Amino acid sequence: MNLTEKEVRYIADLANLRLSDDEVAKMSQDLGHILTHIEELNQLNTSTVEPMAQVLFDADETATLREDVPRSTLTNEEALANAAAKGSGYFKVPKVIDRS
Amino acid sequence: MRGISDLGSLDITAIRNGLTTKKFSATELATETLRFAERENPKTNAYLTFSPERALRTAAKVDAEIASGLSGGALAGVPLGVKDVIVTRGLRTTCGSHSLESYIPPYDATAVYRLESEGAVVIGKLNCDEFAMGSSNENSAFGPVRNPRALDRVPGGSSGGSAAAVAQGTAVVTLGSDTGGSIRQPASFCGVVGVTPTYGRVSRYGLVAFASSLDHIGPFARTVKDAAAVLRAMAGRDEQDSTSSFAPIGDYEAAMQMPVKGLKLGLPREYFEGLGRETGDVIGAAVKQLETLGCTVQEISLPHTKYALSCYYIIATAEASSNLARYDGVRYSTRTESSTLSDMYRDSRGDNFGSEVKRRIMLGTYVLSAGYYDAYYKKAQQVRTLIARDFSEAFRQVDAIVAPVSPFPAFRIGEKVQDPLAMYLSDVYTLTGDLAGVPCMSVPCGQSTEGLPIGLQIFTRHFDEATMFRIAHGYEQSTSR
Repeated sequence: MNLTEKEVRYIADLANLRLSDDEVAKMSQDLGHILTHIEELNQLNTSTVEPMAQVLFDADETATLREDVPRSTLTNEEALANAAAKGSGYFKVPKVIDRS
Repeated sequence: MRGISDLGSLDITAIRNGLTTKKFSATELATETLRFAERENPKTNAYLTFSPERALRTAAKVDAEIASGLSGGALAGVPLGVKDVIVTRGLRTTCGSHSLESYIPPYDATAVYRLESEGAVVIGKLNCDEFAMGSSNENSAFGPVRNPRALDRVPGGSSGGSAAAVAQGTAVVTLGSDTGGSIRQPASFCGVVGVTPTYGRVSRYGLVAFASSLDHIGPFARTVKDAAAVLRAMAGRDEQDSTSSFAPIGDYEAAMQMPVKGLKLGLPREYFEGLGRETGDVIGAAVKQLETLGCTVQEISLPHTKYALSCYYIIATAEASSNLARYDGVRYSTRTESSTLSDMYRDSRGDNFGSEVKRRIMLGTYVLSAGYYDAYYKKAQQVRTLIARDFSEAFRQVDAIVAPVSPFPAFRIGEKVQDPLAMYLSDVYTLTGDLAGVPCMSVPCGQSTEGLPIGLQIFTRHFDEATMFRIAHGYEQSTSR
């Protein structure tokens, strides 16, 4: 099984990931090898097997619910402290709508 | 009694004795550990950041408590290193990635908070594979870690720095994280004890998420007893992690006092196929030793073992591709300036993630993409059920499963970097434990003819860490001189 470079670029697009041409070429080869290996799972008949959606849980489903009461949280300043760009208490990003 | 000059052999008991008899203070121990670690670190590159201010602040608090007649906590004065995927308030946490190279977390992980509350002294943050993705610590953006037992070899991964620091004596205990073997494999490669507790035993709050259904925090130490003490101090329900468990924490101290005689051990035949001869001989001798101590040993089968690698690389990458979506250059990760929002996302991620992280994001995005979900992700979740069932069926016959950790000892730096699949295969015996969520650990059990450490893996039933520690401690005591 092999991924075409077109498929690789499509997936990179979904993942919001810029890849160079060299990376696309390498990725199509690497992912191809891994996907070929993964195909071995088709040897197993799993038609009657439940998918494992939860690892394990030892208490009632409601055990983790808590009262909905206000609690202290990060301050605006703390939440913005690691942002690449900020101003007036907000995160700043490049312009989304161009009005020109 | 051991003094402060024997940093590399100090354990938690020796530190407690030293503090209560005033042979040294927590402040002196912290200062000496920092001095030693900063001097030795260039040999291995285990630490990425030191935290002298934080260490001395905690140590002063411990000294003050002891002076006023209090205990200072279960881990009073114990020098602790923390893997750099576990957040520490005000202390840089990089995840081994350029994308977080200047990230200063605004909060502490629950595990770190609990250990510090018991008097543990955070010395610094430890190198690892980027976002804990790797088996050799060669995927760190800040350079590989070298194995202190053989400097041309990898320490294992992804918690390579955590294992190396304990082996090198630059920390007494450390925290790591394990998603597919990232605690046990480096523990085995560096000749130290490494523990992956039951899924949910330790809160994941503050562990930067890689694959949430597989991620575990666990301790490294030079003795089983120390590892158990660290786990005891950080285990238990935490409101901040809804998957953390209410299950009672066992009395590990009491369990380790009990002889191992009469325990039933299973040897899974699938873990001995394709095993290197030297590793096989060392594991065989360790099993013999456990028999000498009165354990009964029988061959068992975990029939779906061979499918674990494929199952893991679908589930782990699918979860990773979702979890890593948050590194978009807006809230905390490194930004590459671009003229549009979508180019800024793409360029920031393309420029600041390493190749293994990109590969896993791509694979995870692919298996979750429209039309492939059932064929890959759902199939893998079904196979995960079969793997977990293998363990529950085995535990009807035996109390514990013993096996190798890795098919081979530490390999050379650079040896496997060109072939991702060959690298993934070094985790073939550890992935199953994470997939099933059972507790498992590596305890040193010998070395190859070249002097490279080899670890014995022990698995027990969900939440039965006590029996695991009992076996590991019994084995360790019977072989130590």
